[in-house]
Amino acid sequence: MKILVPIKRVIDYNVKVRVKSDGTGVDLANVKMSMNPFDENSVEEAIRLKEAGIATEVLVVSIGEKKAVETLRTALAMGADRGILVETEHGVDIEPLAVAKILSKIVAEEAPELLILGKQAIDNDLNATGQMLAALLDWGQATFASGLKIEDGKAIVTREVDSGLQTIAVSLPAIVTTDLRLNEPRYASLPNIMKAKKKPLVEKTATDYGVDTTPRLKVLTTEEPASRTASIRLGSVDELVEKLKETGIV
Amino acid sequence: MSVFVLAEVAGGVLALDATAKAVTAAAKLGDVTALVCGPVAAGEEAAKIAGISKVLVCEDAAVADGLAENVAKLIIENASGATHIVAPASTSGKNVLPRVAALLDVMVLTDVIEIVNAETFKRPIYAGNAIQTVASSDSVKVLTVRTAAFEAANAGAAAPVVSVSLSEASALSTHIEHKTLESDRPELTSAKIVVCGGRGVGSENGFALISGLADKLGAAVGASRAAVDLGYAANDLQVGQTGKVVAPDLYIAVGISGAIQHLAGMKDSKVIVAINKDEDAPIFQVADYSLVADLFEALPELTGKL
Repeated sequence: MKILVPIKRVIDYNVKVRVKSDGTGVDLANVKMSMNPFDENSVEEAIRLKEAGIATEVLVVSIGEKKAVETLRTALAMGADRGILVETEHGVDIEPLAVAKILSKIVAEEAPELLILGKQAIDNDLNATGQMLAALLDWGQATFASGLKIEDGKAIVTREVDSGLQTIAVSLPAIVTTDLRLNEPRYASLPNIMKAKKKPLVEKTATDYGVDTTPRLKVLTTEEPASRTASIRLGSVDELVEKLKETGIV
Repeated sequence: MSVFVLAEVAGGVLALDATAKAVTAAAKLGDVTALVCGPVAAGEEAAKIAGISKVLVCEDAAVADGLAENVAKLIIENASGATHIVAPASTSGKNVLPRVAALLDVMVLTDVIEIVNAETFKRPIYAGNAIQTVASSDSVKVLTVRTAAFEAANAGAAAPVVSVSLSEASALSTHIEHKTLESDRPELTSAKIVVCGGRGVGSENGFALISGLADKLGAAVGASRAAVDLGYAANDLQVGQTGKVVAPDLYIAVGISGAIQHLAGMKDSKVIVAINKDEDAPIFQVADYSLVADLFEALPELTGKL
């Protein structure tokens, strides 16, 4: 079974995001970039399925600027076998609908039986690509996975939902999107980082797949969220009790 | 303009608060038709929400468990002519609406916090560290709305309830089981008061102090991602960018340092109280009232004095 894992290069999750003062976006100059955390879970899960003898190949794909090659190399160093970069214009975030269309073309060429995607990218926080791709392919989907087993041509997925945990069975080929508790992603060892440099990685562009990536959404402004008033430091629990009573809530 | 709303149903019961908040957002855009995937009783409950002019109820087993393939198909079959398709930004809304959008070849807007006009919406990006104003050029606007950002629509209407069925159920996925964590406490996302514990609580037993204060206040219990990952609390209690987004009247953060992703899930609360022994904890930057104290001493005292 071949597994395809799409990954995205995003601002590192520990970096404090700064909004540009002219309202045109967030400042990404000289900021540390990393693999989207949920995508690390996806790569890890795919590699574990290969180690368990269930998957035969793990293919990673990134759609983004040239530097996303670094992110693909990270995934290859973790244990993925092969990479595809679909290069897009620098500084333009491709919308999930267009990403899903490009991925659907790659699926047609590569015929994977399982796609594992992060549930959302921590830059645009849209949480949409997996579901959109499932619709375009007319495949079943299991989002927000915290558990995954492959049995009898099905993915048995435990999903983290608002009211607890739901377990569903999805016929393969299928789309699974990952939540953080699915696994603990590994770090790439130095020898594996060296080995990853020799793994096959091909570079394509969106036009190679004949997909129109023109955005449907126009970003008018990007602003700082409203800030809160300064905090009042209290000296004792008694003061806190008094303040809480003043609010009239308790 | 005609707005199609996917009502929130959990365990065959209408989630009134989440649905009524989504209706408030939807009613700004036009005439509201709501789809309830569940029993007729849940549909009748939805029909009372002011702002809904028609309720469609689907009792088919194929949609009872919220399977995205079937629910998305049911929406497509019933929402023709709608200018907007709206759902609460719950795990079910987020599961289904992007699929609906792709079937319509339109983009989806998730976690909308403000409706500017029929084409323009505000939504948080980067875990709420920036707010984007976005205009959509698509023929149908598909959006999930963050319920914490909207007031619930009142009761008092009596919209007609009409039964609908799915033309043909998909066999792509099947429901196996649903584990709900039973609790007598209010539901986290709709509670007026939330008491939330973090890494500082130290253990699952230590978390009893959080529960004790919550029970005294009639509050919901929440947990930071660190507390959930360490096994102190169940995953469905997680507050944050990757968990639940809450905006209660009062939020009490105990032993929580205030990681960026946690703040994203609670900083719109009306009054925030933080108790932490580390006076430099980032949580104090968003708190209205800060108490630098050992939670193991402060919490029993606070619970006793309230």
